[in-house]
Amino acid sequence: MITGKILYKRPKTLKDVNMSYCPGCSHSLMNKILCEIIDEFDIQKKTVVIAPVGCAVLLYDYIDCDSVEAAHGRAPAIATGIKRVNPDNIVISYQGDGDLLSIGMAETIHTANRGENITVVFMNNAVYGMTGGQMAPTTLVGQITKTTPSGRNPENEGYPIRACELINTLEAPYFIARCKVTNSKSIMQTKKILKKAIGYQINKKGYSFIEILSNCPTNWGMKPKDSNKWIQEVMSKYYPVKIFRDKGEA
Amino acid sequence: MNKKNNPVINTDKCKGCELCVSECPVEIIAISDEINIMGYHPAYITDSTKCTGCIKCAISCPDAVITVYREE
Ligand SMILES: Cc1ncc(C[n+]2csc(CCOP(=O)(O)OP(=O)(O)O)c2C)c(N)n1
Ligand code: SF4
Ligand code: SF4
Ligand code: SF4
Repeated sequence: MITGKILYKRPKTLKDVNMSYCPGCSHSLMNKILCEIIDEFDIQKKTVVIAPVGCAVLLYDYIDCDSVEAAHGRAPAIATGIKRVNPDNIVISYQGDGDLLSIGMAETIHTANRGENITVVFMNNAVYGMTGGQMAPTTLVGQITKTTPSGRNPENEGYPIRACELINTLEAPYFIARCKVTNSKSIMQTKKILKKAIGYQINKKGYSFIEILSNCPTNWGMKPKDSNKWIQEVMSKYYPVKIFRDKGEA
Repeated sequence: MNKKNNPVINTDKCKGCELCVSECPVEIIAISDEINIMGYHPAYITDSTKCTGCIKCAISCPDAVITVYREE
């Protein structure tokens, strides 16, 4: 039996089950971070997480909170409904880039534009992970995917969409930030930012959009460590990691 | 006297992603040749007496399978 003071342990809101994400995937990490924040605010009983269509589709099997599995791209619309009916629920819309910026673009923009008091966690891994690595709206120029075998060509497929910058053109959003989770230091910074966003929701401040530059080791064909290095060296050049807006600090 | 730290990896649930390995400042995490119940090569601690209790390994473990204890 090991005893002593616990310096770190698995958060209680994260169920004691194996998450079906691939080894080293940022989805696992962010599910864990979300649970740590839920525990720290002690809001497990009033949190509702909206699961997307994508690799995080089974989120409700891992996070021990009320949850709803939304139709593809509709998570912020479901979140809006739940929040308006019960404003004391803490509502989190968790989505990938295909879900949030392809099929769900309308819901994404209009929810942000209305400034709904919810928190959006946007997992940008630059591909459709669940369906096998097709091009996403966030796929970088030149990036090879299943549907851009010679690399994304902007003349044919357009340029990658910068979601934070786009949402930053709207008046209503309260807090907009892009983060990365490539090592323990950046994970701690990201946790602080997401915790701030959820704190704003608790204090009824309004809409937050937190983008996480995420890996997809499987579809990128990289080891987890190399995929994090790619985020550091390539992805974050096009998608700068920063706080775009923080009305709480203005 | 220094307090003793004890990092514990749940090897049955480790996916062998190696992300904890490069995080450890005292380089006491390695990947095993054994295969666990899920078919992965799990991480293990080579020398826990050197652990500083910095919890960097636990923070970076995506699957939350590392617990770090400090003897009281
Ligand atoms: C209406 C509808 N259209 C298409 C699909 C197929 N589909 C499933 S997941 C997905 C995209 C997933 O990519 P992303 O949102 O980036 O999430 P990731 O898996 O990378 O986390 C698509 C197109 C679907 N399930 N439903
Ligand atoms: S396919 Fe990619 S995004 Fe999906 S679980 Fe695997 S590594 Fe993560
Ligand atoms: S707590 Fe720090 S020193 Fe100890 S094993 Fe983990 S990373 Fe290494
Ligand atoms: S980070 Fe976690 S899952 Fe990955 S090898 Fe280390 S203990 Fe195993």
